[in-house]
Amino acid sequence: MIRYIGQRLLQGAFVLWAAYTVSFLILYLLPGDAVSIMASGDEQNAVDPALVEKLRAEYGLDRPLYEQYFIALFKALQLDFGLSIKNGVPATQTVAEVLPETIKLAVAGFALAVLLGSALAVVAAFSRNRWIRQAFSSLPPLGIAVPTFWIGLLLLQFFSFRLRLFPAIGNDGGQSLVLPALTLAIPTSAVIAQLLTRSLHQTLGEPYIEQIRAKGASEALINFGHALRNAAIPTLTMLGILVGNLLAGAVVSETVFSRAGIGRLTVTAVNSRDIPVVQTLVVLAAAIFVVTSLIVDLIYPLVDPRINTSRGAKA
Amino acid sequence: MSSHAEPLLKVENLRVDYVVDGSPRNAVAGVSFEVRAGEVVAIVGESGSGKTTTAHSIINLLPGNARVSSGSVTFAGTDLTQLTRKEWQGVRGKDIGLIPQDPTASLDPLQRVGEQVAEALTIHRLQPRKAARQSAVRLLEESGIRDAPSRARQFPHQFSGGMRQRVLIATALAAQPKLVIADEPTSALDVTVQRQILDNIAALTTERGTSVLLITHDLGVAADRADRIIVMRGGEIVEEGSATAVLGDPQHSYTQQLIAAAPGLSPRRLRPSVSVQNPSATADSGTVHVSPLVEATSLRKVFSLPRTAGGARSLTAVDDVSLDIRRGETLALVGESGSGKSTVARLLLRLDKPTSGSVTFDGVDLASVRGERLRQLRRRFQVVFQSPYASLDPRFSVEDIIAEPLRAFAEGTPAERKSRVKALLEEVHLPVDYGTRRPAELSGGQRQRIAIARALALKPELVVLDEAVSALDVSVQAQILTLLAELQVQESLSYLFISHDLAVVQQISDRVAVMQAGKLVEIGEATAVLENPVEDYTRQLITAIPGRQPQRSLT
Repeated sequence: MIRYIGQRLLQGAFVLWAAYTVSFLILYLLPGDAVSIMASGDEQNAVDPALVEKLRAEYGLDRPLYEQYFIALFKALQLDFGLSIKNGVPATQTVAEVLPETIKLAVAGFALAVLLGSALAVVAAFSRNRWIRQAFSSLPPLGIAVPTFWIGLLLLQFFSFRLRLFPAIGNDGGQSLVLPALTLAIPTSAVIAQLLTRSLHQTLGEPYIEQIRAKGASEALINFGHALRNAAIPTLTMLGILVGNLLAGAVVSETVFSRAGIGRLTVTAVNSRDIPVVQTLVVLAAAIFVVTSLIVDLIYPLVDPRINTSRGAKA
Repeated sequence: MSSHAEPLLKVENLRVDYVVDGSPRNAVAGVSFEVRAGEVVAIVGESGSGKTTTAHSIINLLPGNARVSSGSVTFAGTDLTQLTRKEWQGVRGKDIGLIPQDPTASLDPLQRVGEQVAEALTIHRLQPRKAARQSAVRLLEESGIRDAPSRARQFPHQFSGGMRQRVLIATALAAQPKLVIADEPTSALDVTVQRQILDNIAALTTERGTSVLLITHDLGVAADRADRIIVMRGGEIVEEGSATAVLGDPQHSYTQQLIAAAPGLSPRRLRPSVSVQNPSATADSGTVHVSPLVEATSLRKVFSLPRTAGGARSLTAVDDVSLDIRRGETLALVGESGSGKSTVARLLLRLDKPTSGSVTFDGVDLASVRGERLRQLRRRFQVVFQSPYASLDPRFSVEDIIAEPLRAFAEGTPAERKSRVKALLEEVHLPVDYGTRRPAELSGGQRQRIAIARALALKPELVVLDEAVSALDVSVQAQILTLLAELQVQESLSYLFISHDLAVVQQISDRVAVMQAGKLVEIGEATAVLENPVEDYTRQLITAIPGRQPQRSLT
C-alpha cells in the first residue's frame, strides 16, 4: 500500500514537471518576452532601448534557453515562479490571494453538482412512470449542450436583475456564491447524471438484482441498498476528471459574475502575458489533477472490495 | 404422503406472451401442472421451450416485456396472479425461494456473502439483524461451506462458482420457503461440482420438506433428482408423469429424442473406434512407420502471480504432461476447471509457449519455427472454442466468418472462396443461404456449426475442440457430436476433445487423458479408462455423470 502511494507520488511529480516544462516551452516560443511586453505598454512614452536591454539582463532573458529553463526550474522547485509582471508581487502570492475564493466556489459547485446529478439519475432510472423517466433522461444532454456562460447569464438575468434575490457580482459572503456555484454545477451535474443513469440502467439488468428481488426485497431496498452503490463505481472513476473540469468552469463562472478567483486571474494573466502567473496556474491545475486522481484511486478499494491496490502496484 | 390434499402449487392454463417489436409472441401456451408438498418436480426442455418463463411467472419475475395473458397460479390456496406489488414482496423469498441459473453473476459484488444470506431473513423481519447474521453462518455451514464464520465475512469474488451457488442455496432456503424454484442451478458448473450442488439441494430440501421445482435441459439430471418429470416443448407440456414412467416408457416422440440425446442416459459411441492406425499393427508390417501427429513431451507451464502478502509467487498450470495425438483419432482431455486442460491445448496450438518441454507437430518442433513457416504450419491445426456467442464477430456475415481463414492465406479467387464457403455450409448441414446472415440471427447450435465450418476451411489435420459442446443444450449437443464424428471420417481429422463432461467424452473419443491440478493422472483407451478407471479422481468424474445414479425408490 505504501509502495503504491509512493509510486503514485512519483508519477505525480513527473506530471508536474512535464506540465511545467511544456508550458515553459510554449511560452518561450510565443513571440515577445515579458520585458518587451512591459516596454511596449505605452506608445507615447517609448522606453529607452538601453533600459529594455538592462531589464532583459536582469530577468535573465538574454541567456540561452537551457540556462533560462534550469534556473527557472530550480526556482520553481522552491515554489518561486518569479515576480508577477503586472505588479511585481511574487506570482505564487498573487495566486494564493485569490485561491480561497475559487476553492469556495469549486467546493460549493461540486457538492451541488453531485447532489443535482445524482438526484436526476435516480429519478431517471428508478421512477415507475415511463414519461418521468424519459423526461429526466433527456435533461443531462441538454445540460451538457448549453454553454456555461449562457447558463450564467440566464441565472444572472432572472435571479439577480428580475427577482433581485442574489447579488449580481462580487465576492461578498454566501449570497454571492449561490449563482456562480450553480452556474458551475449545472454542466458538471449533467455529466454525472448521464454517467450514473447509464450505469444504473445497466446495474438494474444484472442477475443479482433479480436475485435480490427474489428474496422479497422492496424496490427501495433494491434501488438504494444495492443498485446505487454498484452503479456509483464507474461514475467515481470520472470524478477526478470532473474536478479538473471545474477549473475550466471557474474561468467562465468567475468572469460572468466578476468574482475574484483563479479563473479570472487566469484570463487576465494570459491577456497581459503575465508569464510567471500563468506558469503558477498551470502547475497548480496539474497538481489538482494529480491529487484528485490519487484520492479517487485510494477511495476505490474502500468502495469496491474487488480492487486491491497492493496488487495494482505491480502493474 | 399428502397426495390427496390440495397441491402446494397449482398452475392452470398459464399463457405468457413476450411483446417483441409491438406484437405479442407466445412463449408459454396454456400450461397446467401441480407440485405437491415435499415433491420434487422437474420441468425438462430445450432453450426456448418456455420452461424458464413458466418458472419465472410463478414467482412473478418476468422481464418487462412479458405478460401473463391468461391462466392462474395458485400457491397454498392463494391466487398469485391477483397479488399487488407489495404482497409479492411478502411471498418472494419467504414462501417461494429461487436458486438462479448463473451463480457467478447472482450475488451483489459489493456485499459480504453473510449479509446477503442474512438479508433474506431481515427483509421479511423474521429475525433482527444480529441474529440473522448468526443464522446466515449456520445456513452457509449447512450448504457445505467450510469455515463459515470467516467465509461469511468475505465477498463474492473470493468464492468459486460452486461455492457461490452454495451461498445462493443458503439464501433461497433461509426463510424456510415451502417451494424452491431451481432454475438450471448447475448448468454453469462443472460436472463434479454439479453433483455436489444437486446433492446439497436434495439433502436440505428433503430435511425441511420443501417442494422443489427443478428447471433443467438435461433429462439425466431430472432422472436423478425428480419424483415427477414434465417435458416441455414450444411452450406446451408434451409429456408428464413419474420419473420412472417418463424415462422407462416415454409416450411422446420428443421425450424419446431427449432420452436418446442425454449422454448419461444412453451411453453409446457415435462411430467405430480407430484401429487402422494402431501403432502396434504398423510395427508388425515393418515398412510404414506411422508417427503420431502431435507429440508433447514433459510440458510445463508456470504463470507468475501478482505479489500478495504471503501468497504463492507462481502457479504451475501444467506440470510434466506428456501425450501424443495419433492420426485420425480423438483424444479426449478431461478434468475440472482449473485442471490445466485448456492451457495444454494452448501450448499444443502454440498460442502460448511452454516454460519447459516440447511440442512437435508432424515431426516439426513448434518452438523452432517462427514467422511465415509457423504461419503455414498453423493452417494444419485449428480450434473451435466453447462459446459460439463470443467466438464469432457479430459484425461479420456468416460467409465472411467462414471465408476469413481463406482470405488470410489468400486461398483461391473470391469466386472460388464463395463456392468453398457453400461447400462448407453444406458439410455442417446448414442451408447455403445462411451465408448472408449475421451471427445474432442464429441459434447457439447453428453458430457452433459455423465455428466448425471456419475451422475446417483450410482443411486442417488437427482440430482442437475446447469444450466445444459444453455451452449447448443436450439435444443440440448430440447433433453437433454426430456432425463432428461424421466430419472426422470424411476429412480424416484428428481431434483433441477437451471437456469436463465424461458422458460426452465416452460418445466420441478413442483415448482419454485425465488431468487434475496440472498433472496427467491417467491416459488410455476410452473403454479401459471409463470402465476400469485406475485413479480415484477418474472414478469421481464418472460417478458425477447425471443419469447414472440408481433410480431412487419413489415412496
